[in-house]
Amino acid sequence: MARKFLSGNEAFAYGVRLARPHVISAYPITPQTIVVEKLSEFVEDGSLRSEFIHVESEHSALSCAMGASSVGARAFTATSSQGLLYMAECLPYAAGGRFPIVMMNANRSTALPWNIYGDQRDSLSQLDSGWIQAYAENAQEALDIALMSFYIAEHKNVSTPFMANLDGFVLTHTYEVVDVPTAEQADEFLPPFETENKLSLSNPKNLGFSAGPDTNTFFKYKEHSGLLNVRNVVAEAESKFESIFGRKYTGLTESFKTDDADYILITLGSISGLAREIVDRLREQGEKVGLLRIRYMRPFPNDEIAAAVKNAKAVAVLEKDISFGNEGTVYTNVNSALQKAGISIPTSDYIGGLGGKNISAEEIEGIFEELKQKKSAVKFLGIEVR
Amino acid sequence: MKEIIWHGRGGQGAFTAARLLGEAYSHRENTFVLAFPSFGPERRGAPIRAFTKLDEKPIGNRSEISRADYSIFLDDTLFNKQVFDELKPDGKILLNTKKEINDERVITIDGDSIAEKYLGLPITNTILLGALAAVSGFISLADLTEAVKQSMPPRLHEKNIAAVKAAYEEVGK
Repeated sequence: MARKFLSGNEAFAYGVRLARPHVISAYPITPQTIVVEKLSEFVEDGSLRSEFIHVESEHSALSCAMGASSVGARAFTATSSQGLLYMAECLPYAAGGRFPIVMMNANRSTALPWNIYGDQRDSLSQLDSGWIQAYAENAQEALDIALMSFYIAEHKNVSTPFMANLDGFVLTHTYEVVDVPTAEQADEFLPPFETENKLSLSNPKNLGFSAGPDTNTFFKYKEHSGLLNVRNVVAEAESKFESIFGRKYTGLTESFKTDDADYILITLGSISGLAREIVDRLREQGEKVGLLRIRYMRPFPNDEIAAAVKNAKAVAVLEKDISFGNEGTVYTNVNSALQKAGISIPTSDYIGGLGGKNISAEEIEGIFEELKQKKSAVKFLGIEVR
Repeated sequence: MKEIIWHGRGGQGAFTAARLLGEAYSHRENTFVLAFPSFGPERRGAPIRAFTKLDEKPIGNRSEISRADYSIFLDDTLFNKQVFDELKPDGKILLNTKKEINDERVITIDGDSIAEKYLGLPITNTILLGALAAVSGFISLADLTEAVKQSMPPRLHEKNIAAVKAAYEEVGK
């Protein structure tokens, strides 16, 4: 393993290089550009033997990746924001076709108003597309997810595309110390891509077919089952990963001091680092607070969330998302998890960081303070609503 | 945690300096670093800021630095009275200028002259890194030399290492 000083985008590119995809098709968009630039450099200098295809749009990027996957090639693409929305037509296509493509999405706000900075409305708007969705907290986790994503997506019980999300700029463009595994270690971890779901002269079959009303539900149920299988495959991948690389991950969520916590904050992505520092600070002052970080939004960690908050007095969600006319989507999902588990406690939703707005330590401390009032509410950080 | 703000104009290498400092510090065991620019479109000549956070434990706060241990100016046209507001109580300003500044919080260096002599270009980012090594104590000349070798193109190594050393000696006098 080598200690390197890398940005989130670069770390992800190193992870992808270790997975050695046969095909990379991509179209550049800020703040994703550097990941595909770095991969094109790897291809140019010969350290990665991939077919790098410059396509003319994101719609084509994912279509091209599907084509590659349909002949049994390991395929990678990357996008962000408007690019993700432009390829939206192809997202359920790839999922329904059970093509285990890996895509990095640099989380960025969506227009209008035009904005290139980070929030999570782009990927969260695509939760229903049938893709696995993971969210990294830091550059090390970005690299590790890049490598694990191929293992998980391509697993025969899953065969589902994987969207790895990195917060735009605060993660994609921030340099950190990252351990980069060796190619030998990566090969020990990640088996070659093998699938029955491919076009082959020796075993001819039809892919990308129609399924009318009589059989459609069957295919959709199979697709759903594939996603539900992700939980066990993530556990398997992380266990193998730890045995080879020594780094431990904790499945669909990561809990921090939640066991005896009265008040728990639920977060997604890179803001979790600051939230953890606040939990530590408040714990020193004797406050019984905890943090639950959601690592995977699909499949949704219903059971993990219920288990972590079952003894809490109140829970807040902090998310960089709003489903206009309702509330933040993470909040909707969390409430559903609690309701199904019969947990009836006040829950609040804090919508912050939209369009890259900074979320401060004081704001997170304020959320823990307000939790003590044990009231349910949906609030926008930084805007007083009277 | 040590927090450093870099001020420069697009093209002067402020973010490269922020990154090199982080890279240099990261060579030690059990160190944690964040280095990032003020995010957004970059234009040559427009004021930009960059940030380096150094610690011996993981750094969770990815926000821009509001109070720095060192605020470093590659360009003295960006220096004004308000910049003292972004210093910690014992914080210092490191300023590339030919002027004399009578304020004990300000350390000056004529980086342009060193740049002209060693680099042949008015680019002072590595020179201010050498100056920081001389005054701060949390980064060594050897760490910086290694960082220059690891992250700059080989043709720039020799002259930048010489410039770093010259600045280190100039400020350390």
